[in-house]
Formats: sequence, C-alpha cells, structure tokens
Amino acid sequence: MAGYAPITPTDQAEMLAAIGVDSIDELFAQIPEDLRLGRPLDLPDGMSESEVYRFLAGLADTNLDAERIPSFLGAGMYDHYVPAIVEAIIGRSEFLTPYTPYQPEVSQGGLQVMFEFQTAMSELTGLPVSNAGLYEGPSAAASAAYLAMGQTGRTGLVASRGLHPHSRETLATHAVGFGATVAEVGLEGGLTSGEELEAAVTEETAAVFLQNPNFLGAVEDVAALGEAVAAKGALLVVAVDPMTLGILRPPGECGADIAYGEGQPLGNRLDFGGPSFGFFCAKEEHIRKMPGRIAGETTDADGRRGFVLTLQTREQHIRREKATSNICTAQALNALAGMVHLAWLGKRGFVELGELLARRTAHARRLIGGLEGFEPLADAPVVREFAIRSERPLDEVLRLPGDEAGPGPLLPVYPLGRDYPEYEDAFLVAITESRSVEDVEWLAHMLEHGQAGWDEHIHDHDEAGNPVANGAVR
Amino acid sequence: MSDATTIAETPQQADRAITIYEKSVPGRRAAQLPPLGEGVEETPIDQLIPAHLLREEPAELPEVSEPEIVRHYNRLSRRNFDLDTGFYPLGSCTMKYNPRLNERVAALPGHARLHPATAPAEAQGALEVMYLLQESLAEITGLPTVSLQPSAGSQGELAGLLLTRAYHADRGRNPGKVLTPDTAHGTNPASVTMAGYEVVKVATDEQGGVDVDDLRSKIDEDVACLMLTNPNTLGVFDRNIAEIASLVHETGALLYYDGANLNAIMGQARPGDMGFDIVHVNLHKSFSQPHGGGGPGAGPIAVSERVEPFIPRPQVVRVEDERGERFELDHDRPKSIGRLRGFQGNFGVFVRSLAYVLSLGGDGLAEASRLAVLNANYLKARLAEGRAGRYLPVAFDRHCMHEFVLSGAPMKKELGIKTLDLAKRLLDFGYHPPTVYFPLLVDEALMIEPVETEARSELDGFADAIERILEEAESDPEIARNAPYTTPVRRLDEVGATRRPVIRQPR
Repeated sequence: MAGYAPITPTDQAEMLAAIGVDSIDELFAQIPEDLRLGRPLDLPDGMSESEVYRFLAGLADTNLDAERIPSFLGAGMYDHYVPAIVEAIIGRSEFLTPYTPYQPEVSQGGLQVMFEFQTAMSELTGLPVSNAGLYEGPSAAASAAYLAMGQTGRTGLVASRGLHPHSRETLATHAVGFGATVAEVGLEGGLTSGEELEAAVTEETAAVFLQNPNFLGAVEDVAALGEAVAAKGALLVVAVDPMTLGILRPPGECGADIAYGEGQPLGNRLDFGGPSFGFFCAKEEHIRKMPGRIAGETTDADGRRGFVLTLQTREQHIRREKATSNICTAQALNALAGMVHLAWLGKRGFVELGELLARRTAHARRLIGGLEGFEPLADAPVVREFAIRSERPLDEVLRLPGDEAGPGPLLPVYPLGRDYPEYEDAFLVAITESRSVEDVEWLAHMLEHGQAGWDEHIHDHDEAGNPVANGAVR
Repeated sequence: MSDATTIAETPQQADRAITIYEKSVPGRRAAQLPPLGEGVEETPIDQLIPAHLLREEPAELPEVSEPEIVRHYNRLSRRNFDLDTGFYPLGSCTMKYNPRLNERVAALPGHARLHPATAPAEAQGALEVMYLLQESLAEITGLPTVSLQPSAGSQGELAGLLLTRAYHADRGRNPGKVLTPDTAHGTNPASVTMAGYEVVKVATDEQGGVDVDDLRSKIDEDVACLMLTNPNTLGVFDRNIAEIASLVHETGALLYYDGANLNAIMGQARPGDMGFDIVHVNLHKSFSQPHGGGGPGAGPIAVSERVEPFIPRPQVVRVEDERGERFELDHDRPKSIGRLRGFQGNFGVFVRSLAYVLSLGGDGLAEASRLAVLNANYLKARLAEGRAGRYLPVAFDRHCMHEFVLSGAPMKKELGIKTLDLAKRLLDFGYHPPTVYFPLLVDEALMIEPVETEARSELDGFADAIERILEEAESDPEIARNAPYTTPVRRLDEVGATRRPVIRQPR
C-alpha cells in the first residue's frame, strides 16, 4: 500500500499523547456510531507502483490512439503536434502543484502567465478583454449566455445549427437553470442561413451564437450575419477554433461582443476529451461581468511591477449568490500549455500554420471529394476540416473488416449522423500538421477500396490483439 | 529584524518582471513546421478563402527562440511557491502530495493521444478506466451511481442543482429555494443562483453545526434542496445529520453534499449512509490530482437511485451479452439533464485519480483519512500552546476532523496585527499561509488543513513559525504589518489593480 504518508507508529503515539487521546478512533467519536461504516471499503487492496503502472499501461494499450493510426477525428479537438517544451514546462513542480494564486507575493509566476495568456487570447480574437481561461469550449458557451442575459436583461438565446452539437446541448442544459429559451437557426449549403437568422432574432434575444469555422468546417461570413444581431440589440457570440485565427478575420473585427473557444488545439493533449481549457474574450464594456479569473498588473510596496488576481468582486468567493459565475478551480495549467505553444509558434509560425492547414485541407478535400462515390457536403471555403458525403452507407464504408475475434475498427473520421440526422451519409475529416500527404492518401485508399485496402495496409496486431495500421505506425 | 522594513532587495526581487512580449525581437522564432507535402499546392490563401473573411494584420505574438522560451518560463516558475517545495495548509483545499506515478500513467500515448470521439470499441481501456473510477467513487460515497462529467467542484454543484430541478419537475413540483449554511463555500450560493434558485441561509449553532431550529423554521414545501458540507468548513462533523436528513426529506426536498471535505471521512463514514442524495467529489482534493496553479480538476457527482435517471449523458456503462463483456457510452437517457460540457469529462484527471485509488486501496484510503484527522488535531494541539493559544484561539473547541479554524481577533486587538499580516509574514518563513478570512462567521479566520502527507516535523515547524511571528509582534508589530520581505515581490496593490485594470500587454 502506497499511503504517501510519513507518520510512523512512534510519531502517532507521541502525537496522540500531545492531543490527549489514546487512539485515532477517539477523534472519530464525533461521528455517531450508527453512521460509521464499520467495515473496510469494498475496494481492492493497494498495489505497488510497478503494479499500478502495469495495470494502467495494459488498459492504455487497448485503445486505438493517434500514435497508432493516423486519426482524422476532429470535431473540436485535434491531434496537433505539441512541442516538447510544453511538457517540460508544465511538468515543473512550481507550475504543477500550487493552488490558485490567492497569495500573489508567492504566485507571481502563475499570475504573469495568466497576464501573458490574456494578451495572447486578446490578440487572437481581436477583442480587448480576456479572462485567464474557463473549463473548456462548450461550457464557455453557457458562460457567454449568462453574461449576455445579465447585460441585456433578456432571456432569448439563438444558436446556429453550425454551433458544435455539444455546445448546443450544453446551452440547453444550462438554459433550464438560467430561465432562458434556445432557438435554432438552420444551415443552408453548409452555412448558417442568413434569412432564418434574421427571422429568429427579436427584441427578446439576449445573444446569438455562431461558430467559425462552423461544425462542418465551413468559414462563415460572421460580419454579414452579425448585422441582424446588432440591429436587434442582441450580443453576438462567436465560437472560434484558435488554430484558424492565424488566417481568419478575428471575431472582434466582425462585430462579435464575445468570442470563446475550445483551447485544446493549443498545447494540450487529446486526453480522450480533457482536461483542456476554454478561452473567453469580450468587448471592454463587459469587463466587470466576465466569468472566471482575471490577472492584472500592479505594483508592490516598493514600486516593483507585479501581478494579482483582479476585479475579484465579480467572483463567487466575494459576491456569493450575486457572482458573475460560480467558477473557482479552472484550467490554469492547460492555459499555460497553450501559452507556451503559442510562444513557440510565434507571430510568424502561427500564420504559417494556418496557411499550411488551409492548403493541406484544400488538397485533402479535393482528393477525397473526388473519389468515386464521395463528394464534399458543401462548396463553402474550409480551413482545417471538411464534410464528405458518401453514396454507400457509412456502416459499410467506414467499418473495416474484422476476424473471428469481432468486427474491425472504424476509420478514424467523425460520422455526422448522431448529431445531424439530415447528414446521416456524411462524415468530417480533420487535418493537422501531423497528418501528412501520405496519411491523407492512406485514408483515400481505405475509403475507396474498403476491404481490399484494409487487408493490404493492416498486417499486424499488437500485444493486446488490436490491429495496427501498417503505413500509419509512427 | 527590527530593521526589517528597510532590508536590502534580494537578487530575485532585483530581477524585475518582464513579459515574453517584452523579450520579443523581430525575426526570431522557435517553430519549424513540416513541409506542405508532395502534390500540395502553395495556393495563395485568398484563392482558397475570400479575402474579406481573412485576417489583415497578424496577431501580435512574441518572436522568441526556443531557449528563450524555456528560460523565461523556468524563471517564472521560480516565482511561484508550490506544494512539492513546502507545506501548504490551505483549509478546504486538501493540498496533499501529487504522486508522480499518476503523471506517468496519464501521459501514456494510449491515454494522452486518444481522441474523445474514438468509437467505444476502440477505446475500451479508456472506458474501463472511467468505469472503475465510477465504481470506486460509488463505494467511497455510499451512493449507487456516479457521473464523472463535471469539470470541477463548481460544475458538479451546478449539475447537482440541475438534477434537483429535474427530479422535482419529474414529480410535477417546482420549488424555488435552496438552503445553504452560512459557513458554505462561495461556489454554493453562486451555483444556486445559476440554477435559477433563491438562496436561503441557515444559521450555525454553537457546536459549529447546522442550527436545527433555524432549519426547522425555514424548511417548507418551497425548498428544493439543502446543500451541506460534512464535516463543515469549520472542520466539525455535524452530529445531527440524521435528524437534518429526515427534516429535509419529509418535505420532499433533496440533500446535497459538497465533497470538498471528503478527505476527512474516506472509509470511515459515507454521505450516502447519512442520507445525502447527491454528492460532488473534488478529484483535485481528496484524489491527488495536482492543482496546477488553479486547475485542472474534476468534480464527479454520485447520486441516489431516485436521482439516477437525470444524470448527465453520456454515461459509461458495462454491457454483457452474447458478444461478451464490454464498455459503452450510453447516450440514450431520456430523462437526463443533458450535457454540461464537451465529450466525456476530464479523462486525464480520471486516470490520475484511479491510479491513486489503486495505489492506496480501500484500507489505504481509510488510513489516509485517519492520518489527516490525526495531523489536524495534532497541529491544533500545538497551536493551543504558548502565544498561539492566547492570540489565536480555536473557533470551536472540540476535536476537529481534517481541518480547524482559528480566530485572529485577539491577535488583532492585543497586538495590532491582522490575520492578513500573519499570513504575509508566514511567507518569509517559507510556509504557504492557511486559508484566511473564511469561513465568514469567524472573525479574522484562519482555516488550517494539514493533510496526511505531511510529516510531523513540518507541522512542528509551522507551529514554531507562528509562535515566533507572534513573539516578534509583541515587540514590534510593524514587522508583520509590512511583511513579506523575502518573496519575489512584496505586498501588492490590489485596490489600484482593480481601479485601473491593466489586464493585457499594451501593443
């Protein structure tokens, strides 16, 4: 048993004497007898470090991760290459193990990182005010709704069907508590319908939610759509993929009041969905209504520059039921990973990466959309992800054949059917700098030749019995 | 130290804060991207995407080389105090050791590079990790079902309150109030408001527990739920919990358990057995996930049978049929409150916490709580001696659980130094201060949680430091009033920062 506790039996005896009791049980006497468990927890015995490692490594081995097969899964989280320095920096005890910076004199490192992060997010989105991060993308949509409702005194929320399905569902979940209604605006040719949007926005609308690029990967004309929103006095909220902001017009220049997004593509691992971070930027007039932590610059008693958590009267530990949000612990370490990745890409690298994604994605869409039996779902411009329609049922196209042990795996692309019944025949393909031309050609081959291709390209099984793609192993 | 206010600047203080943007030099860079690849054309971007949808000016990101980035952030890291370096007795935060094994297993490619939309059949190991953690937390909390989805404690609270709403709505009820004790953590009332309920405060009795008479006068048909922490934020176990539970349940309301203080009772008593319907657990407290300077965490919720139909979706389930045993993500939950966030939750946190549970086992978890309570009572006894006993009396004088609260009121009155001054002076002695000015009902409060992973010598050293600070304050209170002296910066102007907010680097 690894208790990680340094108290010896001798310590214990002396400590009990100092307390003035005979046993630890006496200290627990304040719990009424009939509420005490009175038996050991029904959990396995503790294991040694090497046993725990072996057990969990064994489970990890059964997963078909992006190290083993070229993954074209996206839908908000992407297999970007994370530079080695990110791991080195976030692994430092000084960043990994402190609490929230409640004592700023001994938290200057973390606070300055927040200040730098806020600057970077403000630059990316083109909005002047950024917080130090939220939990992740979809729940940041709920935070935006809460802010918009408070600022406008209205209760209507309008969301494009191009908004991530998880964000739309998260909005619906929170709307029950907020006392809000959520209306949806449909897509037309893969883009948010301007006509439907105009009809949906009323004097009761607090906020309109768009996503750019939208869930199908298409680049929206946010500025044009936003005109109808501003005309009715509603706030325009735009969800953005940070990795596209090297080339796309930032939401702040398109009339957005709030921009938020999923931060995972910046420096964070896929981790089967988390932890990552969310970011949240807004116009100046919303600064005192922002959710979450904000770091600000100040000076110390001797006039040295320093940083503190600021505008804390918004927060739950001061304002309690009147707080602008209930958020306490958020994602400081993940935001640091994002900041380090951004510094590594730098001013030019960030643009170059956006350009690389756009060019490789255009190439991949041409290649896969041109295959016999496949076509792009829409013609709208894309940056790093696109939707493809298949003539044959997806079950047939994406399911690779198995053996006597069971069916083969699905090709790692994102079928749209669960979230969009109207696109039951379509799937998303996501591109990163880690997906080479050869990977894309492998995917095209799989799609086109199905079983035959699978047989040629899979020739091995790992220890756990999972097929390993031949041309795909890195 | 009588000249303390004028001591010389330390080398670290002389090293003034410079941001990564201020280190930027045009033309420097770190990243080298891979080539486009054979056959991919270098088409001008405005031929791929219409020009009016494109950015005109690049974002101002720093232009720095890789060695500069590493040096910059390493130097910044040294301006942080951290748990791996020193004692961190923040009350209600459970700053226990973060095992490095957990980092290693979370970083395995099978976990770290697994896409969240991977088909369940190709993610069996990940789903099993989640299932095993769900089962472990169910046993520890004494409730049958666990949803891992909430991202942190506050999202767990909000989830619990939305579950409460759904539970009542399903019975055709729509009560409008939620009761919280006046000792509650600030996230409780904030979450209550976000769930659309009105907050009603319940008083605390002289034992530090819920004032049952006050509760009786406030509980009625319009109450949806009572939110409690037990042991509460004073570190006191509420002996009346059975009576409280029956009072609450009689009116049809639910009982919610804030798991911030679960570290006191693992393997000793279970919220489910006390009558709680909904519990949130902070994996970044009791289950050793590192705090990361303010996250990430995770806030799973455990619920009773009658609340189960409403839990967030998707839920990891174990299926057994002719194809054998496997794990699936169950989306088909018609009464679910829906999603609180994207995908399946903070999986990387789940891996670390499962590693912790596996390492300790059932007996180890129980022993951790016993030692946490021993350490807290020992430190409380040490601080009842000498000057601490005189100037910093314990707020509720009985055996505590895993934490206890002192009042700095006599210190302020007799020595003229506030709890804040004591906290800042502790920094000069190499200790992170306790939680200060919380709970609100104790004047000049200091809330101390020493956790089980601290050695007795650390506790003694901390008690000695407090004694020395009080002793020096008897002769010269100015020393504490102007502290700290040795930290990277000295006391900071927080009021000025709020009045004229500078929250980003000017361009």
